[in-house]
Amino acid sequence: MIKLDHIYKSFGRIPVLKDIFLDYGQNQAIGLIGPNGSGKSTLIKIILGMVLPQKGEVTFDGKPITGQSQYRRHIGYMPQMSRFPANMTVSQLFHMMKKLRKDEKQRDLDLYHAFEIEQMGSKRLEILSGGMKQKVSAALAFLFDPKVLVLDEPTAGLDPIANEILKEKLQKSLGNDRLILISSHILNDLDDIITHVCYLMEGEVKFFKPLEQLRAETAENRLNRIIAQVLKQEKNHV
Amino acid sequence: MRIRLYFLFLVPLVSVLHFGLEAGSLHVRKGTQLDTIKEAIALAGKGDTIFVHEGTYLENQMEINKPMAIIGVNKPVIDSQGGDEIFIVKADQVLIQGLTLQNIGVSHLKDRAAIRVVEARNVIIDNNLLLNTFFGIYLQNASRCRVLNNTIRGEAYDEMNAGNAIHIWKGSQMEVINNHLSQHRDGIYFEFVDQSLIRGNTSQDNMRYGLHFMFSNYDTYEKNIFRRNGAGVAVMFSKQIRMIKNTFEENWGGSSYGILLKEISDGLMVQNTFIRNTIGVYAEGANRIKIEKNDFINNGKAMDIKGNCIDNEILSNNFIGNTFEVLTNSRSNLNHFEGNYWAQYKGYDLNKDGIGDFPHRPVNLFALITDKIPAANMLLHSFLVDALDMAERMFPEIIPEHLSDERPRIKPYTYD
Amino acid sequence: MFKIAKFIISDLIKNWIILLYAFFLLLATIGFFLLQGQGDKAILGVLNLTLMLVPMITVIFSTIYYYNMYEFMVLLMAQPLKRGSIIGSFYLGLLVSLGLAIVAGLGLPLWLMHPHWVSLVLSGVALLLSGIFIGLALLVAVWVRDKARGMGFALFLWVYFVLIFDGLVLLMMYNFSDYPIEKVVLYITFLNPVDLGRIMVLMQTEAAALMGYSGAIFQQFFSEWWGLIASLLIMLAWAFIPVAFSFRMFRDKDL
Repeated sequence: MIKLDHIYKSFGRIPVLKDIFLDYGQNQAIGLIGPNGSGKSTLIKIILGMVLPQKGEVTFDGKPITGQSQYRRHIGYMPQMSRFPANMTVSQLFHMMKKLRKDEKQRDLDLYHAFEIEQMGSKRLEILSGGMKQKVSAALAFLFDPKVLVLDEPTAGLDPIANEILKEKLQKSLGNDRLILISSHILNDLDDIITHVCYLMEGEVKFFKPLEQLRAETAENRLNRIIAQVLKQEKNHV
Repeated sequence: MRIRLYFLFLVPLVSVLHFGLEAGSLHVRKGTQLDTIKEAIALAGKGDTIFVHEGTYLENQMEINKPMAIIGVNKPVIDSQGGDEIFIVKADQVLIQGLTLQNIGVSHLKDRAAIRVVEARNVIIDNNLLLNTFFGIYLQNASRCRVLNNTIRGEAYDEMNAGNAIHIWKGSQMEVINNHLSQHRDGIYFEFVDQSLIRGNTSQDNMRYGLHFMFSNYDTYEKNIFRRNGAGVAVMFSKQIRMIKNTFEENWGGSSYGILLKEISDGLMVQNTFIRNTIGVYAEGANRIKIEKNDFINNGKAMDIKGNCIDNEILSNNFIGNTFEVLTNSRSNLNHFEGNYWAQYKGYDLNKDGIGDFPHRPVNLFALITDKIPAANMLLHSFLVDALDMAERMFPEIIPEHLSDERPRIKPYTYD
Repeated sequence: MFKIAKFIISDLIKNWIILLYAFFLLLATIGFFLLQGQGDKAILGVLNLTLMLVPMITVIFSTIYYYNMYEFMVLLMAQPLKRGSIIGSFYLGLLVSLGLAIVAGLGLPLWLMHPHWVSLVLSGVALLLSGIFIGLALLVAVWVRDKARGMGFALFLWVYFVLIFDGLVLLMMYNFSDYPIEKVVLYITFLNPVDLGRIMVLMQTEAAALMGYSGAIFQQFFSEWWGLIASLLIMLAWAFIPVAFSFRMFRDKDL
């Protein structure tokens, strides 16, 4: 569904992504993990067209994304950090988003209701706490019932209850030909959601494998154990 | 003053009566036997009065060499048709009154005038209308002559082909009162004229000067209006001139000023008004002039007083709305400024005595800069210039430190 | 583009800095007329304030706004929107809201206190300067990623156009005063929209005659209709070129 074909990106002289080749398909929930500075955020931004790679090409449903914005109709994005115009209210924000994507008639209001966004409709975005802003962001990402969900550190600012709600929603969303891409470093949160693990390190894909396969290979169940195991094996090889 | 004014108006009347009773009178009228003025002048005896009745008389070059009065009845017109002068007065005690004189041709060989007075005394030229006459009234070597209530309107379009409205060359005790002068080279031209009075005239839209005043001493001019003249008014090479209650306005232009004071000394300049002139007073080599109680309003530069001006006193004037208040080209100051109201004064008056608590330096740094580099005018009112100026006023480096008013007024004066 | 701009405007007109800005302009304009009385003098006061304040507030506010709205811009980028329409709506939003502040704080009171042509020219110049300095601010903000450096740059631009430029011009004039620099001076004014705007307004006042000393060509250019129109076009170019550059840069920028 989303194919990254030999992507190379550097900021200045420092290469951030070195020759990335990935093919994300439907019905996958991918955990994009790796240490800080491994290029996770850049990868996501490249997929969203915010960062332009120096080499390589990203295709969405077989069509290159360069120079077009329409493919983003199928994407719901929840950024790591949110900041909105100070004097805009929550309901104005949703109103604006609906206007901007008015061709998309599908609505998924599960999170909208679950996070009780309606009730804070008249509040100005400026006075919302970080966690509340994240709830708004999450609800926005799901709002148009998109085929692709991209979540950048979604659990970072959420309280445990909201976290659970989001996880449930994600589990429910998998299937229906969806593709879910989650970047996170809190691996525990990902256990029950993801089907695949994509591990980035120093700008390269260390591995991209189904979770089941990794479990089989490492004989571990928990994700953080699996990763630790894999990294240990790698070291032994060298 | 009132009695004197009354007297002035009375004199012609008395003289008319005087001539009329004692001497004979002649009537020039179209359709009668006596239908030219020239003929009447020839016929008239000493002290006779010639009444010129309504109509147009195509005559010129009429010489008057005995005392007489020529009085227009119902504004008769004497038309020179682009030719030579109309009246040449060579006798004393002549009155010319109530006539319309027109169309004297422009000549480059001779300064043709509608009325020329040569070496005569007690000539009165009153209440005439002069239209397109090259030079209007030309008095040479005359004294005690009076030019009153005339309207002299030229059709000059450039300085080269224009004459002066009232031109006096050598004379004394002359009076030029209540005339309207426009569109000539100079409105009033005075050269070697002493002890004379210029009052209540309006001189405007002339090519060069509204009043051109040279080598003339002990004269007074007051309550005149000089407006929109090419270069304003020039008073030069003279002494003991009294300039009172005149208005100098709207002399805008590259090298235009309200009044030019050049090489004059011991004069008095009181209660004049300078409005909207490029430069209000431009003084060069002016000494011991008292400049007092004048209004300088909305001029580009209120005063440009050069370094060769000495011992002038600038007292109790109002400086309001001028872009620059005082300009000079010298670091030293030999003149005295005191008790003026300066709109640009930034000080305060804590003891409420009406006098600012610290001196005002009216010279603006930027005025000095633009005086040297005219192109710098493009920076007028820019932040840089205003900031530089503020700093310079506090710590004078370039502006004359001693050119200051130690007792600046807090509120403008009102003169009546 | 207009949809986003509409929301940005409705956000910005409630911004307290913009409200304060409009209110301050209003107070100052009325204050100048009440204190100075005379038409031209009050106009000069308002002009001085405008030439200082409008570029400063505009350039600083726009720069800060861009940096503060960075995350929001990222969110917008994730929507099916073209990059051009995102930066375009930011420009439009800033232009309309800062422009409204000018109209309400400067244009209206000016017109009410002094209904003359010069008031229109002054308001027009203030609007043009707003457009120009929003453009310059966007150019800086798009170009410089770091907020502190970007702010520094924006402030420098303001100081440059309001102060340094004129200082350099004055130095140049001092050094070349023996040469016929009049024509050069005319072209130099084209290089600074603040100077150009100031002269456009001054030529409508009594000060015009003094400006005439800068030279006949100078005087002629600015007092004739075609000169005024040419100045207007140059101002518009000043507004357009930085914006065009910033749009272009934004199109290839990594957010």
